Amino acid sequence: MEKTLDTKYTYTEKKDTRSGFGDGFLEVGRNNPNVVGLCADLIGSLKMGAFQKEFPDRFFQIGIAEANMMGIAAGLTIGGKIPFTGTFANFSTGRVYDQIRQSIAYSGKNVKICASHAGLTLGEDGATHQILEDVGMMKMLPHMTVINPCDYNQTKAATIAIADYEGPVYLRFGRPNWPIFTPADQKFEIGKAWKMIDGTDVSIFATGHLVWEAVVAEAMLREEGISAEVINIHTIKPLDTEAILASVAKTGCAVSAEEHQLNGGLGDSIAQTLVRNQPAPLEMIGVDDSFGESGTPTDLLEKYGLNAENIVKAVKKVLARK
Amino acid sequence: MEKHSIEQLEDICSQVRRDIVRMVHGVQSGHPGASLGCTEFFVSLYFNQMNHNSSFNMDGTGEDIFFLSNGHISPVWYSVLARSGYFDPKEMSTFRKINSRLQGHPATEENLPGIRIASGSLGQGLSVAIGAALAKKLNKDNSTVYMLMGDGEQQEGQVWEAAMAGPHHKVDNLIATIDVNRQQIDGPTDLIMNLLDLKAKWEAFGWEVIETKKGNDLREVVAGLEKAKSLLGNGRPVLNLLHTEMGYGVDFMVGTHKWHGIAPSDEQLATALTQLEETLGDF
Repeated sequence: MEKTLDTKYTYTEKKDTRSGFGDGFLEVGRNNPNVVGLCADLIGSLKMGAFQKEFPDRFFQIGIAEANMMGIAAGLTIGGKIPFTGTFANFSTGRVYDQIRQSIAYSGKNVKICASHAGLTLGEDGATHQILEDVGMMKMLPHMTVINPCDYNQTKAATIAIADYEGPVYLRFGRPNWPIFTPADQKFEIGKAWKMIDGTDVSIFATGHLVWEAVVAEAMLREEGISAEVINIHTIKPLDTEAILASVAKTGCAVSAEEHQLNGGLGDSIAQTLVRNQPAPLEMIGVDDSFGESGTPTDLLEKYGLNAENIVKAVKKVLARK
Repeated sequence: MEKHSIEQLEDICSQVRRDIVRMVHGVQSGHPGASLGCTEFFVSLYFNQMNHNSSFNMDGTGEDIFFLSNGHISPVWYSVLARSGYFDPKEMSTFRKINSRLQGHPATEENLPGIRIASGSLGQGLSVAIGAALAKKLNKDNSTVYMLMGDGEQQEGQVWEAAMAGPHHKVDNLIATIDVNRQQIDGPTDLIMNLLDLKAKWEAFGWEVIETKKGNDLREVVAGLEKAKSLLGNGRPVLNLLHTEMGYGVDFMVGTHKWHGIAPSDEQLATALTQLEETLGDF
């Protein structure tokens, strides 16, 4: 169905966002001798192997001990290192919340928490590993920056950008092969929303894998004569409230889309922004207070209502509320 | 920092103990018990052992640095930091009060000189110290990382994750000390969650383990730290089991968990102060 649509962005290749992280990580390793890596027994899954091979002295295998990894990373900053920790999103957040809270966020340490296999699209491993609460936990922490890029190129650019930013960052990415539809030479600006498609009837704010679904939804809506603005919210915190308010001032309604619980996610942050500044109808695409399950990424996104078709439905619903 | 004599250290200990009970009394909150028990250790570190610079620099490049994992004994650390020049001793009067840099548990948020990481939620300090020691190695900085944790804290799982990592990564520029006072909030450690043989456990994890049997005797504490230092550089981190008495120096506070986290009354403060000579001037 996608292929026949006249999408404003197209792709010729699919790749996993975690590979964008791995390739970006190798590049920052080459550019900045203070960058160091830590991993909790998932080097292959996190695509950290190339960095480890090229910089063995700057890479620390910590074993299956994520709490210890967060503490060691915090300690490495004392002495000027820029540690990048790598494990699954579940073990990067929920398992180590208190370590991140005290030793990294409250202590203001320059640690980059790099989290793969986030959300439902982890697939067959099922709900134990499919964290859908990580953005909520991380965005609640003072000092923490939360970034969820949309494809390989944007993840690579984000990885390079966070090395130059001073302060704790949560970088969220995933496992499945996904369309590469943003340019390879993009400049990643932390905290700056990217308006990818101009529109006048509705604002679609999407993050992570669902940005592509929003791009597809825009084409589907256009065929029906509905003009949707698509904004890529790669940085969930700090949120670009100026861009969000400017877009909704024009369109008068919004849809948020994310691979996360509705509670505590991007939609929550947008709802708060709108309610506090310029109330407007908002529909939210996300997982509605349930755990995931085993399945293929596509089957899961369909079952849990996280795809272009559901964004289209949400747009029609929100337009009726204008 | 000049190396103080045992006699000078004794005088400093007396003043630090006055500071501890006066701080905790002043705000009617805080943890005097283990602060008093660890006084000799802190004073030995900051006035005799560590090569450190009181014009504070977060990275601690080229100097020995210290981390406190059992952050609730902040009064003893604050006193020692103030008395060794990190900040004005007068600031101790703000301990635990609103707008103070001297938070209930140590923090970096208010930029108090001498503090490099927040602590209070237990079990995290050894991991942080290992990270800082690894950074020193990467920087080819030959100075030493010290850290202190509690014996009750050994019940936290993260401690043992870190215990495994230290020898694995050959962190032989680290001296970790455990304050073995055999007490925790709910009672004696033997009854709450038995620690059994800490020496055997840490040795089994691959650490060089030494015991300081009289952790409230300055000569033994200094000798223990000297010995610990002599064991560095051999591929393994050093663990110092420091046996102390909680509440040491104030007769009615000694040897019980009851003074873990409560403050003395006006009358109790007066009694305590008669047992502790004012040597450096009260804040």
